[in-house]
Amino acid sequence: MSVILLIEQVLNGLQSGVMLFLMAAGLTLIFGVMGLINLAHGSLYMVGAFAAAAVAGATGSFVLALIASLVAAAAAGAVVELTVIRRLYDRDHLDQVLATFALILIFSEGTRWLFGSFPLFLDIPDALAGPVMLPGGIQYPLYRLVIIGVGLLVAIGLFQLIARTRIGIRIRAGESDREMIAALGVDISKLYTIVFALGAALAGLAGALVGAIQSVQVGMGEPVLILAFVVIVIGGIGSIKGALVGALLVGLTDTLGGVLLPGFFATFMEASAATALGSSLASMSIYILMAGVLIFRPTGLYGSR
Amino acid sequence: MSRAGLINLALFAMLPLTAGAALMLDEPFIITLATKVAILALAGVGLNIALGLGGLVSLGHAAFFGIGGYAMGILASHAQSFTPLMQAPFLIEGTKSMPVIWLVAVIAGALAALAIGALSLRTTGVYFIMITLAFGQMLYYFAISWPAYGGEDGLSIWVRNGFPGLNTLDPIQFFAIAFVLLALALWGAGRLAASPFGLALQAARQNAERVETVGLSPYRLRLVAFVISGAVTALAGALFADLNRFVSPTMLSWQMSGEIMIFIILGGVGRLYGPVAGAALFILLEHVLGGLSDFWHVYLGLLLLLVVLFARGGLIGALAGREVAHD
Repeated sequence: MSVILLIEQVLNGLQSGVMLFLMAAGLTLIFGVMGLINLAHGSLYMVGAFAAAAVAGATGSFVLALIASLVAAAAAGAVVELTVIRRLYDRDHLDQVLATFALILIFSEGTRWLFGSFPLFLDIPDALAGPVMLPGGIQYPLYRLVIIGVGLLVAIGLFQLIARTRIGIRIRAGESDREMIAALGVDISKLYTIVFALGAALAGLAGALVGAIQSVQVGMGEPVLILAFVVIVIGGIGSIKGALVGALLVGLTDTLGGVLLPGFFATFMEASAATALGSSLASMSIYILMAGVLIFRPTGLYGSR
Repeated sequence: MSRAGLINLALFAMLPLTAGAALMLDEPFIITLATKVAILALAGVGLNIALGLGGLVSLGHAAFFGIGGYAMGILASHAQSFTPLMQAPFLIEGTKSMPVIWLVAVIAGALAALAIGALSLRTTGVYFIMITLAFGQMLYYFAISWPAYGGEDGLSIWVRNGFPGLNTLDPIQFFAIAFVLLALALWGAGRLAASPFGLALQAARQNAERVETVGLSPYRLRLVAFVISGAVTALAGALFADLNRFVSPTMLSWQMSGEIMIFIILGGVGRLYGPVAGAALFILLEHVLGGLSDFWHVYLGLLLLLVVLFARGGLIGALAGREVAHD
């Protein structure tokens, strides 16, 4: 295994990690503030990707496409919050799971209705296409580097938003005592809508950014959603910091496991058996990681409850 | 007899009556549909032991459903290709006998539920939902990436497995097998709910701390319930694979977990016969709405949303008029 390949895979792991963070941050915020488990978060990711692909197809501008993904996902999130989600805050988790599962069915089939079953393609803009030379003679796609950069910037921005702005203070206050901040005159239902739309916008952005690497299709959100759940379980529900650490851990484990495990088994096994065992174990590696974390920290790395 | 009791009886009788009428009218497809309802209801009865009695919202029951399916697929594929399952340290042959396959499916499902439950039950609430979902996905990806048994393409079995004394390829006889197993499972689940164990389990759902202060371990009660639940669902999986003579990773997918849960909700949470009503309604909708539109999942989603938001008793609750006591 060459060092160059290894560094490339680490970068790939980082890239999928920061995208997972965008998903997990929204989920964990929504759970932390409203106590809601939202299975339909993957649908918002899909909405973002489809909006971006449609706008990019119509205008040819990638910047406009990204803006469209943010706006469409935030709008879809706000509408869903106002019509359905707000009836679920006082319900038990079973009702939340079922209602948001129903939303997935509606979103997925609705999108299939509008756009058809064939995947759409979102092209990487020319300015970001092609590889870039990194120190040490490593060629790496520029677009993926940009994704890592954008993801980290959004992470920093989110931490600043939570820590330093008035809305961030209200979000944190809502997490610790919702009756008290309602009594202090904060419009709690408006705050909830804003938090939900914010989480949705993050998911939509992730969908658009990843959509340019993979194809944009119905059902693209659910695998990412489940990975984001693993991230949250590892990081601790409600913790943005945990979401970041968990996302990077999961991204790196997933990517490196797929590369390293078959090679590792090949050192003492026959080649085809090693590939089979290695790739099956690699597909399970993040769940094994999750089980390991659970044994030692049942509430996750940064979880409090 | 109470109104709910009458409805239960009607629901229970509906399946054999439908299948019998279809037999007279020579409509084997309807018999197959009734068989499908019975098998899916059995999976729902399995999940309901964890969900309804224990309050354990498992979003990973497709794992057990699929394990049952693969138990059937693996044993039968070895039997049809005349290759032993394993030779060392001792010889294990494949089999085409249903009772043996059921036994293997139940044991495999119970062992998987023991492993997954032992880890997942360390947590509660949302963590539990996410973790069961994640373990289900783990098995799903494992089945896709493991090439020995078809990988993503799944496994086809050419001839349905046999049951001593019956011709299982005859739709009505296979229906009878599935229906008898469903009836046994319903009877068993009813007995379980009324047993000391079932009462302690329900108490643990309502107030775990009190159960602990009287000296019972909620963790152990829930784990036992989870194992029984996984075993019953695995049995349903083995039958479902036999119905289709096909098993693929789809049986392990998380949409499957969601569908099994939908059966319980459409029928009515906390009702013994809820899964029967729910599975029947689901299959009915699939065929009525599916015939009207390719996008029938939109309507299913809307219906589910309405039931969850406004009609929490589900179908039985709506028919029986009064909701069961919620806690």
